[in-house]
This record gives sequence, C-alpha cells and structure tokens, in this order.
Amino acid sequence: MCKKLGVVALALVLVLSLALTGCSAKKNNAGSGGSTGGTIKIGANYELSGAVATYGNDSLNGLKMAVKEINDNGGVLGKKLEIVSKDNKSDPAQATSAAEALAAQGVAVMAGPATSGNFRATLPVAQSNKIPAISSSATADDDITVDKATGKTRQFVFRTCFTDSFQGKIMANYASNNLKGKKAVIYADSSSDYAKGLAANFKKQFTENGGTIVAEEAYVAGDKDFNAVLTTIKSKQFDVMFVPGYYQEAGLIIKQARGLGMKQPILGADGFDSPELASIAGASNVNDVYFSNHYSSLDKSNEVQDFINAYKAANNGKEPNAFIAMGYDLGKYIADAIKRANSTDPVKIADALASTTSFTGATGTFSVGPDHNVIKSAVVIKMTNGQQVSAERIK
Amino acid sequence: MERFLQQIVNGVSLGSIYALIALGYTMVYGIIKLINFAHGDVLMIGAFVSFAVTTFTRLGFIPALLISMVTCMCLGVIIERVAYKPLRNSSRIAVLITAIGVSLLLEYTLMYFVGAQTRSFRQGVLPATIYNIGGVRISVQQIIIILLSLVLMMLLQFIVRKTKQGKAMRAVSFDKEAAQLMGINVDRTISFTFLLGSALAGAAGVMVGIYYNSIDPLMGMMPGLKAFVAAVFGGIGNIPGAMVGGLSIGVIETLVAGYGASLYRDAAVFAILILVLILKPSGLMGKGGGSKV
Repeated sequence: MCKKLGVVALALVLVLSLALTGCSAKKNNAGSGGSTGGTIKIGANYELSGAVATYGNDSLNGLKMAVKEINDNGGVLGKKLEIVSKDNKSDPAQATSAAEALAAQGVAVMAGPATSGNFRATLPVAQSNKIPAISSSATADDDITVDKATGKTRQFVFRTCFTDSFQGKIMANYASNNLKGKKAVIYADSSSDYAKGLAANFKKQFTENGGTIVAEEAYVAGDKDFNAVLTTIKSKQFDVMFVPGYYQEAGLIIKQARGLGMKQPILGADGFDSPELASIAGASNVNDVYFSNHYSSLDKSNEVQDFINAYKAANNGKEPNAFIAMGYDLGKYIADAIKRANSTDPVKIADALASTTSFTGATGTFSVGPDHNVIKSAVVIKMTNGQQVSAERIK
Repeated sequence: MERFLQQIVNGVSLGSIYALIALGYTMVYGIIKLINFAHGDVLMIGAFVSFAVTTFTRLGFIPALLISMVTCMCLGVIIERVAYKPLRNSSRIAVLITAIGVSLLLEYTLMYFVGAQTRSFRQGVLPATIYNIGGVRISVQQIIIILLSLVLMMLLQFIVRKTKQGKAMRAVSFDKEAAQLMGINVDRTISFTFLLGSALAGAAGVMVGIYYNSIDPLMGMMPGLKAFVAAVFGGIGNIPGAMVGGLSIGVIETLVAGYGASLYRDAAVFAILILVLILKPSGLMGKGGGSKV
C-alpha cells in the first residue's frame, strides 16, 4: 500500500512539474500575442457558478453586450474582439487557475473576476504574464491596484469601480446628513474582505461626523438564522443599521429584523444590488432600505438612458442592473484603451489604460489616478416595498 | 427578561429543526452503526422538491410537505439500496466514506441541473403573521415549525414503540443476527429506517426552506453537521436523546450568538461535540460504554 502511494505521489509530482514548465513556456509567447488571426482575444474570468454567480454572470453579459456593439461597428484596429470566458466557480483558487489558463491562451486583456477576493487571486498571474487584469466591481481597498507589501502600484492591475472606503464613507455621510442618524449599529459579514472594508470605513466616517456606533456584530456568509443577534440589537437604542455584506444574507437579515419589529432604516452597499434581495426578504419587508451603488436605472443622464434602452431592446425589456452596466463600461474601456494604444501588445494596452482621463460610460465619468484607482461619484438608492424608488448622486 | 424569552423562542424554533434532522441520524446509527452524512442533503432535496411544487404547481404548504416527504422517503430507500447495502459486511470506515460520497453526489448533481444560486419561495406559502405576546414576537411559521416537529416526533415514537415494524427496528438495532434468526427481515427493516429518517429530513427541508426563504444545493451541510452534533449530544442511537439534543443545540447556539459572541455560534456547537466526545461519549441519554463514530 505504502509503495503504491509513493508511486502515485511521484507521478503527481512529475505531472505537476510538466504542467508548470508548460505554463512558463507559454508565458514567453503571451508578450507577443493578444491577437490571433483576425480577432483580439479578451479573457473573461468570472463567477459563473457558486455563491456570487449572479455578479459574475451579469458582469459577463454587460461585457458581451459592449463587445457586440463594438464588433457591429467594425471592431477595434480593424479586428473583431473575441471573448474567451472561464468559470471560476466563485472560488479564489479556481480564479487563479482560470487566469493561468487565459494567459496561456494568449489573451490581450483579462476582464474580471467580479469580487475582490477572487480578483486578488488572479493578480500574480496578471503581473507575471504582463497582461492587464481589470475588474469592474472589485471594490476592496487593500492589496488590489496597490501591492500591500511594497506599497507600489501594480502595473497590470486596474479597476473601473470606486473602492469600499468610498462606499463606506458615502453611506456614513448619508446616514448622518440625509437620515439624521446619531447612533448606528454595524452587523457585518466577517467572512469577506469587502464587508470588513465597508464596516471599517463606515465606522471611521460616522464617528468623524459626530455619531456613535452602539453595537458591532458579525455573521458568516451562509448563515441563515440571524434572530438571536437581531434580538440583542433590538434591545439597543439606535437610529440606523449598517449591514455590509451580500444580498443572500442581507435579504434574510432584513426579513428577520422586520419580523422582530425593528423599523429603523437598514443601509448597505452594492452587495444589496440583486432582485433576489427583495424576494428573499419579502417585498413588504423591504422598506427604508438604502444602498450605495455605481449606477441606477433611475439616473436620467443620456449615457445611462441610452445604455438602458439598448439593453432593454436586446433583452425583452428587462432592466439592466449595476453589474451589467459596469461590465458594459469595462468592455468600452478596454476597446478605448486598445484603440489609443494602437496595438494589441498587453504592455502597451496597460499604459493606455493607466493614462485614461474623463472616460464616460453608463456608470458615470471617471479618470484613472496614479494608484490605478478611479475617481468617480456614487448613487444612493432608496427601496420601498421591495422596489427601488429614488436615486441620489453623492460625491 | 423579554429579550431572554425572545431568544428562547428563536432557539426553540431552530432547535426543532435540528431535532427533526438529528432523529434521522440517530435512527440510522442505531440500526446499522453508520453516520449517514448524506442525511443533510436529503433535507436539501426535500427543500428543492417543495420549492418546485409550490412554485410551478401553485399547491399549498400541506401538499408540498407531503410530496417532499414521499420523495425523500424514496430517495432514502434508494440511497440505502444502491450505496450502503452492498457494503453491509465491509468495514465501517468504507461505509462512512461512501456516505460522504453520496452527500457530494447529491449536492453537485443538483448544482449541475439547477445552478448554485440561492432561490426563494413565492410569497404566501405560509402566512407571515406575527403575534406579539407581551413583547415577545412569534411568527405563525415558527409556531408551525414547533408544532409540526412535535407531531412528527410523537408519530415516530408511536411507530417505534407501538407497531410491529417498530419492534422489528428495535430488535435489529439490539442484535442483527439474533433478529434475523427470529424471522425478522433485516433488509426490509433497514430500508424502513431509512424511509422514516428521510421523511423527517424532507419535512425539515420544507420547513427550513420556507422559514428562511432561501435554498441552495449546499444548504444541507451546516444543518446536517449541527444535527449530527445534536444527535451525539443527546446520545447517538437514542431517539428521545436526539430530540433533547436538537432542542438544546438550537437554544445554546442562539444564546451564544445573542449574548455577546455572534462569531462563535458555530464554534460553540462544535466545542460541545468535542466536549461530549471527551467527557461522555455516550451522550446525555445514551447507554454507557462503547465507542462512537
């Protein structure tokens, strides 16, 4: 038995080393490539299944829509764009291997993943293969565009969204200025960097505004029963509850909080943006719920309305959500950079991405800063009876 | 005090669900000394069947519950026949690993067909009315969960204690060979045990699904594990023990989460498992001696 195991282990090591040399051999080709034949390959590494599948699928659909529009108008540099998509199953390890696979296929740019943790897992691959990786929704502060260990901007890492600190700050300002809240409770998802970043920045800004945080509680993604903690929170005096996290748990928290008779406003960030939020919570429970987002279909500007009309025309009148809008902007941003780089060389594309100023898309106008973070505004959306009823742009 | 009572209400509703699932673990363990790790996934299938029934046929709660229970019964018997029966005389570890395999098979087969995203039930399968009794809020759904669990547990006690088939179950659990010599059909009795346990898991699945209004193919894992802890806590193989264990685990988890340590709720449950295995492996109500797991 032991002998057999040894043989198996040896075989595994051999296979692995073969695979690794295979990767490094391909690395050298990637520099020259990005285009094969008449197309420019765009890698799409998204959460097409798993816990946050709706984010990945929506982003990819937006990206596809932009690519289709670009191709219908003659493509970029006389070539069509081609999306090569891989499913990372909402898992960081799978995201890394999907990025490896895309790099090996010689893509010019890698789009996605949609969430920060998964995006971060692909960054070493982007840096070592010298292929730009761009996420349209990885909002984590730490260690995305700026390497935490060295403090240097990562040359090949970009994003088109604002960061958590910005969303946490916006919601804290909204809570103090618009909702006139003085005491807040934070009930955060402790299993995601996203929620932790939001919670920390909300706390900082809300305290600076003169408010107090009366309780900080935490849950873990996948929890279903929040009654115990909510009962404790209910016994405290507070004006607003901030719930940084994703819609699956946030929906249940809203349902159970309203079930326990808590009437205070519930605040969140873009993780709330899913039609599932209202169906999990029950539409009648979703009152006085506010969340920050990159985009709202209630926004009346031309870019937004044009995008909405185009999306509705292609999707039987369905309204696009923010992830679709951001995926769409990402596609346009990539095409714009390739055009300005006048090359399909990933290094030149990275330079063009970094020097973008005043790019206007469906999620607002942005410029890329020296730290590869974008400078843009956010919208705060109000929900009543499970419906988004109003949106305010907040800088 | 009001807050404490509210926490007890929360804990008992959660605990009734654990108790229902724990019964399935404990019965199967009692009969063939197998920890059926696929049990939580039978619950998940039950939740999905009731989701399909209420969404696509617009039937109400009771028909959905019955259809789920019957589907889970069949599933339980098939799992036993296909996966465990051929291993009846193999080592216990082989059967245990098979159980884990069956669990993964159910989870990922379903994920392949329906996807991994969370789904929610349509509104109004059960009324969402909430009663306010002296500041303690209890919903119709919680009342139904607690009552239904009680009724099902009493029904199970009746079957095990008062019927011929129940007598056969007890005999097989006591001594399989001797029972066989007395003319008891051991295979059929084991199938019947799986049938009962799976029906309870199906019922628990429907209740978890409707109460929390969120189902996904991996939803059975956590409740399954916690119910396993409940079964061990109460004394695995012991039916009243599973009920007491389930309720205690639900209440303990709620109190831990409600009084200060919201992050340690799961840790607390598994700490109980470790403590029980070290201090009293036979559990609260189990008979002494013998190694577990």
